[in-house]
Amino acid sequence: MKYVLLFGETKERAKQWESMPEAQKQAAYAPINQWFERYGSKITGGHELQPERTATTIKFNNGKPVVTDGPFIEGKESIGGYAEVTVADLDEAIEMAKGWPTGGLVEVRPVVDRGEPQR
Amino acid sequence: MTAALVRALGDFDLAEELVQEALLEAVEHWPKEGIPNKAGAWLLTTARRKAVDQFRRQARFREKLALLEGASMRNDTAEGDDRLRLIFTCCHPALSREAQVALTLRAVAGLTTIEIARAFITSEATIAQRIVRAKRKIVDAKIPYRVPAEQDMGERLEEVLAVLYLMFNEGYLSTAGERASRRDLAEDAVWLAGLMVRLMPEEPEALGLLALMRLHLARADSRFDDEGNLILLQDQDRTRWDRDRIASAIVVLHRAAALRRSGPYQIQAAIAACHAEAGSWEETDWRQIVMLYDALLELMPSPVVRLNRAIARRYLDGADATLPEVDALGGALGEYYLFHATRAELLRDLGREPEARAALARALELTANPAERALLQRRLG
Repeated sequence: MKYVLLFGETKERAKQWESMPEAQKQAAYAPINQWFERYGSKITGGHELQPERTATTIKFNNGKPVVTDGPFIEGKESIGGYAEVTVADLDEAIEMAKGWPTGGLVEVRPVVDRGEPQR
Repeated sequence: MTAALVRALGDFDLAEELVQEALLEAVEHWPKEGIPNKAGAWLLTTARRKAVDQFRRQARFREKLALLEGASMRNDTAEGDDRLRLIFTCCHPALSREAQVALTLRAVAGLTTIEIARAFITSEATIAQRIVRAKRKIVDAKIPYRVPAEQDMGERLEEVLAVLYLMFNEGYLSTAGERASRRDLAEDAVWLAGLMVRLMPEEPEALGLLALMRLHLARADSRFDDEGNLILLQDQDRTRWDRDRIASAIVVLHRAAALRRSGPYQIQAAIAACHAEAGSWEETDWRQIVMLYDALLELMPSPVVRLNRAIARRYLDGADATLPEVDALGGALGEYYLFHATRAELLRDLGREPEARAALARALELTANPAERALLQRRLG
């Protein structure tokens, strides 16, 4: 079963992260890298995303695409990255999410299974 | 199956009638919902429920029910495991608390959606939708159907017990007026807690919760007067307390204590047991109760527990010593009626009547429960 883990942060923490000195940032990456190593065999994709300020949203007004600046998720949180994982069931995905080292939030979403062969 | 019920109930006619009723229900439901995997177990669950309905208002109800419970769980480990898997799936933390409660009542306790709807004073459609959505999430998100692994057991069991305690309180805290029309959820919750104890006899917190529920229920009849007014513990007629139930709860609590892993339900049950065993309000062992609250605070450092500790301390050290402790909780509990009601009592003890009345008025603003409101109004005079 495939799930996507969406890694969320409060906007405030995301800003702090961005303004962090490079050396400190490198140190902060260590536990994240460990997490990816630990679950390497189960992670089938994913990326860290650039900050929300780089986001562009395309909406459709009566079918006509309109390009606007900014993310479409409104609120206090933003998505900082995602990982696609292939595991037995929700409990295993939750187990991985619980081990996520940066704090913040992790949303676990099963992907739609159209019955194609498991990769 | 009739045989199992006869053994349990010692009453062939009644057992047969119950099985008949269960079969009737099966005939109604199975064409619509399909035949359950364990048809026999389903029938027994349904028959049990019918028995519960029949016995509920009878004097020997509890005794018979206990026998019946024993029969339905006759050392069948395969079925026991199946039930545990079902319970843990229904109470999976990825489901909302509302869905956990509805699913558990439907699938484990065997209630119909109509009965669940009545218990929660909501429409059948709402409950049916809640259950359908939860089932869909179980399938779509692949919530596993199994007993949690060792390392997750503590957390997951806590979740199950929280579901059962919420169910219990929903029934127990409903007021006398409501109770007539509501299904007795508290009795269902006790049955489920008893089931957990039989399935996981080595879990002290499951035992603690069962003891706690029994201790509360033992006093249930004395909580309201004939007009439906709430009677406080100190004014209750202790001769109306159910001594057999208290004794059985204390046996369960001893079993829990022997396992030597303390927990919040066991401590709360021990506090309830202190009250249940006191011959009168004056004889209450407040020192012991305050100590138990201290132990509870270690595990659950919440403002509500602090408030309850302060309420007990009042009888040990007086209002003078206790009031500052209560006042300190104002930030966290300013919107909680019991905080203001407690302050009012303490202020009244200290002869600060105008402040006491102001606190009572504030408490009155914060609760919608009719029985609690009536009590506060009586105090306001």
